[in-house]
Parts: sequence; structure tokens; C-alpha cells
Amino acid sequence: MTNGWIDIKNTDMMLIMGGNPAECHPCGFKWPIEAKLQRNAKLIVVDPRFTRTAANADLFLQIRPGSDIAFLGGLINYAIAQGHIAHDYLVNYTNAAFIVKEGFKLPEDGLYSGFDSETHVYDKSTWNYEQGGNLTRPAATAGALGSAGVLTPPGQRGSEGGQATSGNALPVDTHALTGLGYAAQGPAGAMSGSGGATSSHHPPTQGTLPPNVAYDLSLQHPRCVYQLLARHYARYTPEMVERITGIPRDQFLKAADLFTSIRKGGDMKKAGTIIYAVGWTQHSSGTQIIRTAAMLQLLLGNIGRAGGGMNALRGHSNIQGATDLAGIFDILPGYLKMPAPDDVDVATYLKRSTPTSSKPPEWDSFNYWSNTPKFAVSFLKAMYGDAARKDNDWAFHYLPKIDRKYSWVEIWDSMYNGRVKGLLTFGMNGVQIGPNSKKNIDALKKADWLVVGELYPDETSEFWRAPGTTPEEMKGIQTTVYRLPCAGFAEKDGTFVNSARWLQWKNAALPPPGEARLDQDILAQIFLKVRDLYRSEGGVFPDPVLNLRWPYTQADHPSLAEVAREISGQALADITDPSGQPIKAGQQLPGFAALKDDGTTLSGNWLYCGSWTEAGNQAARRNTDDPSGLGIYPNWAWSWPANRRVMYNRASCDLAGKPWDPERRQVWWDERTGRWVGNDVPDFKTDSKPADHMGPFIMNPEGVGRIFGPLAAFADGPFPEHYEPVESPILNPLHPRQSNNPVVKRFETPLDKYGDPSQGFNVVCTTYRLTEHYHYWTKNNPMNVELVPEPFVEIPHDLANDLGIKGGDRVKVTSARASYIAKAMVTGRIKPMLIDGKKTYQIGIPIHWGYRGIAEDAGRTALTSANLLSPTVVDPNAYTPEFKGFLVKLERA
Amino acid sequence: MPAGTLQIKAISAHSGSVPGRGVQREEEVCKYIDVTTCIGCKACEVACVEWNDMPFQQTTFDNTYQTMPATTWNYWNLIKFNEHQREDGTLQWLMRKDQCMHCEDPGCLRACPADGAIVQYTNGIVDFQQENCIGCQYCVSGCPFDIPKFNSTTKKVYKCTLCSDRVGQGLEPACIKSCPTGCLKFGTKTDMRAVADARAKQLREHSGFPNAGVYDPPSIGGTHVIYVLHDITKPELYGGLPANPQIPPSYTVWKRVAKPVALLLGLFAAPVAFFHYVTEGPKEPQPPVREVPR
Repeated sequence: MTNGWIDIKNTDMMLIMGGNPAECHPCGFKWPIEAKLQRNAKLIVVDPRFTRTAANADLFLQIRPGSDIAFLGGLINYAIAQGHIAHDYLVNYTNAAFIVKEGFKLPEDGLYSGFDSETHVYDKSTWNYEQGGNLTRPAATAGALGSAGVLTPPGQRGSEGGQATSGNALPVDTHALTGLGYAAQGPAGAMSGSGGATSSHHPPTQGTLPPNVAYDLSLQHPRCVYQLLARHYARYTPEMVERITGIPRDQFLKAADLFTSIRKGGDMKKAGTIIYAVGWTQHSSGTQIIRTAAMLQLLLGNIGRAGGGMNALRGHSNIQGATDLAGIFDILPGYLKMPAPDDVDVATYLKRSTPTSSKPPEWDSFNYWSNTPKFAVSFLKAMYGDAARKDNDWAFHYLPKIDRKYSWVEIWDSMYNGRVKGLLTFGMNGVQIGPNSKKNIDALKKADWLVVGELYPDETSEFWRAPGTTPEEMKGIQTTVYRLPCAGFAEKDGTFVNSARWLQWKNAALPPPGEARLDQDILAQIFLKVRDLYRSEGGVFPDPVLNLRWPYTQADHPSLAEVAREISGQALADITDPSGQPIKAGQQLPGFAALKDDGTTLSGNWLYCGSWTEAGNQAARRNTDDPSGLGIYPNWAWSWPANRRVMYNRASCDLAGKPWDPERRQVWWDERTGRWVGNDVPDFKTDSKPADHMGPFIMNPEGVGRIFGPLAAFADGPFPEHYEPVESPILNPLHPRQSNNPVVKRFETPLDKYGDPSQGFNVVCTTYRLTEHYHYWTKNNPMNVELVPEPFVEIPHDLANDLGIKGGDRVKVTSARASYIAKAMVTGRIKPMLIDGKKTYQIGIPIHWGYRGIAEDAGRTALTSANLLSPTVVDPNAYTPEFKGFLVKLERA
Repeated sequence: MPAGTLQIKAISAHSGSVPGRGVQREEEVCKYIDVTTCIGCKACEVACVEWNDMPFQQTTFDNTYQTMPATTWNYWNLIKFNEHQREDGTLQWLMRKDQCMHCEDPGCLRACPADGAIVQYTNGIVDFQQENCIGCQYCVSGCPFDIPKFNSTTKKVYKCTLCSDRVGQGLEPACIKSCPTGCLKFGTKTDMRAVADARAKQLREHSGFPNAGVYDPPSIGGTHVIYVLHDITKPELYGGLPANPQIPPSYTVWKRVAKPVALLLGLFAAPVAFFHYVTEGPKEPQPPVREVPR
């Protein structure tokens, strides 16, 4: 979340889409309700089903899974057409005014410029900004420099009070603006023609962002981001939205008007939030769905503001922590980039991963990632201690270099293909959580060994008894399975990091039962044994293992308090922090500003630096004072980064540093002290005066929010484009010849089959979770099993009638990969839809059952798992599988 | 634990006001249920089962999210899920927490012939005392909400106690404590009614529910469990909530007509007996006869 759970109470408008928080985050859902009760906030819910969340909505729209970009793109188009946009915010806090390179092509035919049809990879060299500084139309530049030395857009000239009162529409000129004196203007045809460069004409290097960005504050240059955005989404008309999403035009317009109504007339007081979860991530365009929403929020000026933001609801108690600590293969803790084989030394790595600022020359950019060397060297010191020295590149060579993708499905694919021989699995039920379960089960059959740390006997540790495995086949399985009983969450201390980025310390409630051990003990004991083996027997490259820093008081039982102190960070020599305060060797660091790149500090994760200071464990704080009434609770637990509760909060103020809404004051510029101050911790360079025009989005080298995602930011395009899910009932109405996401890879094992309507797979299927169950755990708990006893499939009335299915009948759902059998729940909460004029049904399956559990063991289920059905397809940016929106057929079982 | 007569002033780690302040004895209590902000999460169902230490039971899939068709002797708190297609084509998924309504004029108590099996406290809680229950199930037929449930093994009838054990200690009922959204609240009847009226007004004025209102049926003297409904004119939509709950006439006739008449006749019997004694003299000892059961 850019904001936090409690902050939702400050909102005026909520769009919940790609998430079902009433179902999956019932405790957090108190805050949307609080906003409704206390502020009369409106709630729009868009979902394939009428959910528990929808039951509380002011407006519900049923959408086809996988068509979210079409809906959100339609909202962008509507906001631009109606002028429901945050003009000053847009011009000054986003890259709307930046001019994009000549040769960049929008995907009218489904492809951006630079696509290589052989490798299915884009050359992104045209996905960049033009350089050249201020290209604002001369007539406008005269008034552009305001009295405070702040650039104000010409759109405001002549309107009293700085805000247009009769709407805020900016002219969108889709023709070339000839004769207006643009220095770098290209022909209009360059936008839509076939001028896109292909990789064969370009060197492999895709360039860097220019330091001196060309921009047009009038937003009228035909290649400025705003004009490209408007042109791109002009295709997303309400009619097109209806064809793709199945949402009738009038309903779409109702939602569009309601959501963007907070910016009617350009008024900036109100704030709207977008709330989502894995309903957005689990698509082959997942990252781009989220990006479309983020762009809409930038257009509406909702990021950085109380009651606004892009709010990802994390699905497990510590999944945010797992992400922060590099739960994904392509990052190191704190979102540092993972080294690649080309990073021959630490200097090369740091040069590649440390951005330089790229901005209009008159503006300022904090470019916080310029501190990357301090974060990276401190991380290496935390990893390898005294073995990380300046003369050995801080032991950079100990780090693995990623030569290819190692995402979850790639690992299992490699195991299926015999490349991965063994697997340690903790805190997950691999057979169940991945797509295409049959492939995962077969992959485990080919492994040499499997270690499962779990609470219960689960489908993964008993993959060998998956339904359909014959006794003969079972005898042939040679995988050695080690099942380690692990402690549950209530039996461990440590921190949980919640969706709001709070680190909250918890105490163990009771000791682990029987032979169960703590995860960290198991991992420590395995590590110590491996280290002993390397010590006694040597190896190809023993150094990283032998030199791993292991300073814990009890080596085989590392205290999580010690680990937390190490992650937060310590001084290794007597140093001073940037304010001149001395920090003695061995002391905890006050925050990441104290980190150094000379080896005198260590920090396991710079983002968490300051969570455990000399004042103690900040995550254990439990003060309930909230002086501002905004729900900030600054002394409850500790929020990364720097205990800041709302990120990018400088954007909650106008150019002069005054809050857009005086009633919701987060931070502001204090002229007297010459500093940014406030109720929250300013997310900004605190002494940067408004006249310096430093951008609020300090993590981007531009300093501003990215409506256009330049260069390598995204694998599949600088603007999101609607692509059909890999299995779709229709061809993409925008460009039928490029229906799917062109850079999405299909896997090629015999078990990776993909279905289409011509094979009879004509029902759209989606998967989800229930309040009553927690993943694949609670099927072992009698109380949860009493609440929802067995698996089911939700089926619309019409489809059930067509097939003669009644509620409670057994039905069989079949995809190109496998079948799933459960009872039918015939409901009015999923309705038939018209997709591109064709009557289309969708059904839904809760995921919680498998072949071990109370109901399963009692023989009350068919022992099938929901993910037997889903395809092995991942989003090209975040590598999340497409669990939502694949094709099946339905019949009576 | 403090004695039930003691009043809690403050509670550690408890957000909001001290629950039950002043309500456990003298003032009339009330459970507030805002159906319009209920998410059907069933936390209240679990809290009820766990606080009251009730055994788990096997349920069966019944084409609904609802845990079981109706409350049972060992499942006192059940959210009823109902899909409702409105005239404008939009759907509502109504979730109403069903449990004892703790009527001001309790039909169960009127119907009960067993001395002390059902009591109504001054704070309004209607509580079954199973040790006095004779298993006749008159309460079952006396209830307009189909709440009391018979256990054929113990031959007793059970229902929600409004956590009289917790309330007696100044705590809120377990269901209230567990509610994540705040759609359940607990306090004095006056306060809860005011909160409910304000919420219904907000729904009428800001949320497009012109018929929103508070369910606190006067036909049974009001209840100590009240609902805020999107549409007060159609309570039946919410899993069969009666629009005008009535105690069966047989019990009201017994209590309101026949019982006073009998009492009157009884009073009349005293002077008659005295007159008989004066005129006829004391009764002479007789051989024992079989006692007539009461």
C-alpha cells in the first residue's frame, strides 16, 4: 500500500477491483466501512462475481476476468474527455509534460515500437524521453514562471484563482501541431505509422534516460506523454469497454462519472483510493493492470494523499515482509537489483543499478536511488562481515548472478525437465499453490529429494499419493521426502509486516508441540552442517558459505531479535550521521540516512534501517496516540520507510507546499523554519524549498510520477494495453491479430496445454478464496470445516439451466490440462455476459481443497485441486501466474 | 475475575468505550446489528461456538454460503445469506445475523410452564435455565422467531443467552467482541436505538435506501436485539424476519385472559372456602388418595 489500512477511513471515494477485502481481509474492511459511516464515502466494486465486498458497495459492476485494463483505460479516457483531472498535479508531479522520443509507436496493431517477432522481446530504445529542455510553446512560456519561481502551466493563465471553474479539460490534439515552433517535432505519422524500430536496427544497449528532458508545460506537444496517453486511451471508448469487459455502456459511464467526480471542475480537496489484491496480479498482464490504475490515480492527483493511493492488500500476514526481504528471484533485500553475469565487478553492478537523475533542467530531482551504493555495500557487509572488504569488491563475487528467470513456475518447470534435483519448501504447499498442479506433482516425482517444513501432512509432502497415482507408479517414484514438523505462527516471535508496511513485533504464544522446530532453527542447523561439509571437504566455490556472517549468540538457534537488529543495521566503526551526530561502533543505526558505502555500516535491508535503534525495538511500540486524527499513530509499531505512513506525501500539497485539503494535513512547507514538517514523516528532502521544484516521487530519477514507463521499466509497453488472457473466449477487439500479450511465454512440456473455444472450452473460469478458510491449512480445522464443509463451483442460473444442473449436483470442470469435480452452487451472483456480442458464461472455484484434510480424509470430496485447471502462464513483469480467467468446459459429473 | 456485581471502569488493550458500563444490571441492554455493513464473515458464529464451548458438528453443502439452514441447539448464532434481485435489476446479497431477539415480551417465557426455566433479567436478557427445563418445548412454539431448539438427548431446550455470563461481568457478548467491521455493537437500549436511528437516516439520505429503518418490533414490546435494514418494509427478505412478530394467541390468551380469570376464580375461592369452613366445619381425616400432578 502507498497508504495504509487505517488511512482508508480518510477517503471520499473507493474503487475496489481485483480484490475482495470483505472476504479476504475482513478485519481491514472495517476501514472502508468507517469511510462510509463517517464521510459518506462511496464504494464502487468491480469483480467477476457479486462478492461479500460487493454486498457493501454503492455500485457493483460485473466484469469478465482479465479485461481490467480495458475498464481502467476507459476510465482514463473518460477522465481526460470530461476534464476530471488534477491539472497542476499532472503538469508538475508527473511526466505528463515530458516529450517522448521520435520513433515511439503506440500499439494500434497490438505492438509497440521495437518488437522482435522472433525472440518476443522489445527493443526499448524508442521508449525514452527526448532531450532538449523547455519546449513549452513560446506564447505560454511568458507566463509560466510564477511569482514564487514555480513553473505554472499555461492552462491556468486567465482563469481567476488559478483553478478553472468550468471544467478542467485540456485540449487533446491528435493532429500534428504544425507551425507552432516545436524544436523537436516529428511528423504526425511517426505516432501511428510503422516507424517503430526493430531490434535488428539497434544495438543491444537500449540507452539511458536523458539528463535534460524535453518538456512542454502546455501539454500540447503531440509527442508529450499527456497527448500520447490521451491518444492511446481514446480507443477505449465506452462501447469498446462494453465489448471487452461485458459491462454495459450505461453502467460503465455511471461508474466512470462517480469515480472521477472527485475531480469535477478540477477541485483538489477530495481524495479517492484504489484498493486491489491478487485479482489484479494473477493475470498475464497483471503488472500492467496495476499500472493502469496507478496512472489513473496520478491523473486524478490521488497519490501521496490521505484517503488516496494505490493500495495493494497483501494476502498473508507477512507476505509484504517476504517481498521486502527478496522473496522474488530478481531482487535483493530492499529491492536492490540482483546481479547479472555482465556485472563483472561491484563497480559495474553499481553503475548499472544506480540511476542518474533525468528531468527538466529547471526542476530538481532527489533521485533517492542514487544512494544505491550505500545500501548495497551495507548489505554485503551484513552478508559477509569482515570477509567483505574494499579490496575484494565487498565480496560482491559471492553473490549469485542470475543468468535467466528463476520465478516459481520456472523452478518447477526446471524440476519437471530434470534440471532441478531437489527442493526445500517452507511456508507453502507447492503442489497446490502453483498453476497446473499435475505438472508440479509430476515434477516432484522426478526430483531426487524433497524437504517439506509444515504443520500438517499436506499435498506436497504426499505428492506421491495424488489421486490417479497407481500402486505400480507409486513404487517407481524414487524421490526421498523429508517431512519436518514446523512451528506455527503463534509459536514464533519476530515481526509481521502488514499491507500498510508496518513492522509489528509479536511474541510467541506457546512453544511448538512435540518435535516441531522453529523454521530459523531448521535453516540454521542445515546451514551449519553444510558449512561443516565445505570446511572438511572443500568444494568448487566454498567462500560464500564459509564466509557468511553468522554472529548469533546461539549459532544453531538464532534469536530473531538478533536477526532483526542485523537487518535494521549497525555501525562497524565510529561514524557520524548526516546531521553530524556521532554513532559509535557496534551501535544500532538511527535510519538509512546513516548508511555508508565505505564498509563502516551494515544493514540487511536498508528499507528496514531504523526499525531497531539504540532506543530499542521500534516494531514493538504500542502507543495509541493519534494527534492529527488522520489515523497516523506514529508511535505504533514502525512503518518502512523511515516510519512514514503515507508514501510520496509531498504530493499532498500544492506547488507552494500547502495541503490540497486543509482538513487532511499530512505534511507541509514551514516557511519560518525552512523545512517540510507535518503529522507524518515527510517523504521528501526536508529542506528543499517549493521554489526548487523538486518532484515528490523521489524514488524515480525523474522526480515525478511515471504515466509513461520509460525504457526497461516494463517488459510489455510504456503504457498498458489490453491483451486477452492466454485462454480467452474472444479475439482481442482492439487488434484481433495480436490478441494476447506478445511478450508472454508459453511453456512447452507435454503437460503445458492451452485451450480455446474451438476445442469446446467456452466457459471463463476464475479462482478465489473464502473468508471461512485460510489457503490449504484450515481444511484441517474442524471449526472451519463446519463453516464451509466441502468444495464447490459457483455457476450462474442460466448456465445451470442449460445443462440441467441443480444446486448440490456434482459437476465436472475440465480445462485443457485436467478436471475438477465438486458440487454446484447455483447462484444469481454471477450473471451471463455479452462479450464482444457473444453470450459468455463465467464460473468460479474457491481453491481451498485438495487430497489431505478433514473432508478429504473422510471421503467427502473428489480429492481434486482447483489448480489442476489453471495454465502455466506468467505475467512478464512480476512472474505471477494467470490464476484468474482461463477457459474450461462444464458438465454434470 | 471480579464478582458479577462489580462494575468495570477500564479494560486493558480494549479499543473504544468500556463495554457494558452500567448495563449489566439496571439498565436495559441491546445488541445493535447493522445489516448494511455486515460482510457475512461468520466471526460471530465462531465466537459463539467457542465462548459457549459447543461441540463441532458436521455440516453439509446446501447450495449457499450459509453454514446451516437454521440455528440448532448447539449453534445459536447463524448468518442468513439471501440473494435478492431488486426491481431495478441490481442484486443484493443480504446477510443477517440470526439469533435470539431477547423480546421485551418474550413468547417463550409466556409459553413456559416450568417454574424458573426461563427468566428475563431487568436488563432485558431472556435466559434459559436448563436445570429447570422440563423439555415440553412450549417455548419453541411460543417464539415468533423460531429460536429455541430442543436437544433430544438431554431433553432440554437451548438458545443464545446474549452472553449473560459475560454481560454480568460488564463485558460485551462474544459475537460483538469478534465483529471485525463494527456492524455489531452493544450498549444500553436507548443508546443503541439512537445509533440505529442515525444510521438508518444516513442510509435514507446518503446511500439511496429510502426505506431504510430500524427493526425493533412493537408487537412484542420491542426487542433487545435490533437491526438496521436497507428496507424496513420488507424484513422477510432477510431470511424470514417477520414483519409483525406475534406470540401465538394460545399463549397470549392463557397469560392475558385465562390466567387472570383463573387467578380471579382462585381469589374468589378463598372466601367461599372460609364460608364452607364456617358452615361445614373442619375436614375430617380421610384415607390417603393419589396426589394429582400439578
